Amino acid sequence: MSRPFRIFWWLVFLVGAIYFFLPLIGTLAFSLKDKPITAGYTDLLKNKEFLSTFGYSFGVGLATIVISTALIVPTAFWVRLRLPRARPLVEFITLLPFMVPPVVLVFGLISTYSRPPLSLTGSDQGSTVLLVMAYVVLSLPYMYRAADTGLGAIDVRALTEAAQSLGAGWPTILLRVILPNVRVAVLSGAFLTLAIVIGEFTIAIFLARPAFAPFLGLLGDQDPYEQAAGALISFGMTWIAMIIISLLGRGSQTRISVGGAR
Amino acid sequence: MSHTADPLDARAAQRAQSGRSRRLLPWLGLVPFLAFTAAFLLVPSVKLIVGSFQDAAGHFTLANYSDFGSKIVINAYQTSIEISLVTAIGAGVFGFLLAYAVISGGLPKPIRSAVLTFSGVASNFAGIPLALAFIFTIGRVGLLTVALKGLGIDPYKAGFNLYSKIGLELVYFYFQLPLMILVIAPAIDGLKREWREAAENLGASSIEFWRRVALPILMPSILGSVMLLFGNAFGAQATAYQLTGGLINLVTLLVGDKLSGDVLHEPGKGFALAVGMIAIMAIALAGYAILQRRAERWRRA
Repeated sequence: MSRPFRIFWWLVFLVGAIYFFLPLIGTLAFSLKDKPITAGYTDLLKNKEFLSTFGYSFGVGLATIVISTALIVPTAFWVRLRLPRARPLVEFITLLPFMVPPVVLVFGLISTYSRPPLSLTGSDQGSTVLLVMAYVVLSLPYMYRAADTGLGAIDVRALTEAAQSLGAGWPTILLRVILPNVRVAVLSGAFLTLAIVIGEFTIAIFLARPAFAPFLGLLGDQDPYEQAAGALISFGMTWIAMIIISLLGRGSQTRISVGGAR
Repeated sequence: MSHTADPLDARAAQRAQSGRSRRLLPWLGLVPFLAFTAAFLLVPSVKLIVGSFQDAAGHFTLANYSDFGSKIVINAYQTSIEISLVTAIGAGVFGFLLAYAVISGGLPKPIRSAVLTFSGVASNFAGIPLALAFIFTIGRVGLLTVALKGLGIDPYKAGFNLYSKIGLELVYFYFQLPLMILVIAPAIDGLKREWREAAENLGASSIEFWRRVALPILMPSILGSVMLLFGNAFGAQATAYQLTGGLINLVTLLVGDKLSGDVLHEPGKGFALAVGMIAIMAIALAGYAILQRRAERWRRA
């Protein structure tokens, strides 16, 4: 690479770096403008609503991961073992959530589940169930690809036959043979799901759920410094989730993610 | 596949009366997955589509789509498409340059992995916190705005406004650029050194190599990625909601208005708007899938 070219590439990199770091620095600086300097953070940590909404979103995220794993891992396993011809269909369905933006998905869900006999939106519990189900839908593309990649790295057929010849039934095979072997791959999908759920706004607000992102959006009316601290903590959560993923998936390709909490 | 050595298939064969039930039996394993996606993805989507062709009494009608002739709907689709196009093409071009810079531009190796890791993170920075970060930085009292004012430059007097179309585009770049880097990096990685050497041995200049070898190979990947980016911006709602409070007329915000407003009384028009969005997303993503398949031809060898 000749010298003027290399200077050009450095310039491209620097422009990108400045663009990406300025908003982070701006948020950090703003969060520290309160008096005393860390008040934004201490106030936030003392804010009951922060704790309750963050806890709520975290719990919803965990429920999403459990249900999504229970749904996707057996499905991906079964497709690899017995139904390779169903793969295009399953892959297509798991990619559909990209095609239905969150605001459209929640529109469809509310129209379907707001009337008897399936009046889920009528109660808090029902709405939370619907929220978790919507997030499981959002997680399908990541979870399926994560599980499928994990299954591709092991000999599913040999493991299953070995377990069967030792007398294992399907639940044992799935829980004690397959799941431990795809744990790392599934965990990377799970952390991505958690990061997306904690930041998700659109579905949560239309289902009127006490989630973290709607709380953060309105916090500025009370205390903008607290809000800046909250935004930074939210970024921090995403960082942590993604760092764990890259540590888990060292050597494997970075997965593409679209359709999260835009 | 050998079916004979398989205990499950053997059992299935015993139970099966005919060849057909033997073939259908494995599909039972997909029932939970199909039932879930039907209940929470397919039925709600179909309900929107069917509902968009029904009036309040449930009779067939096309009247809901008459809204597509109204100024506010046309304007919303125009604005959404414009913002998605501008950010997709802009991030497509700059993201490609950035990816090329760190992969083949002769920058130190650690920068490459740092940029790729950061892209994985930043493509997930979106929604409320992202809008807030820009407000704190280049909003009316943001860090950068104040700093620039100190230097005698007031961006808001110079025509910039974060809470406008340009501002929203600036914010969208934050999740568009990293996505571009992530999807285009494998294609740039796949450009083989031998191709450049072969072109040089045949007397091609650097420009000729790019114009006649590299760009034709990369073009399907680049165009496909731009379509993916278009869909990525088109479906975004939270960022714009937080940033402009609904001042900008986007389709996602309009659908949201219908949803919180008259969903139970006159839902048909909202359904029609949502179906229009699904159609545009489907076109963008189908384009991405087709171009991606074309692009992969070069990577198999």
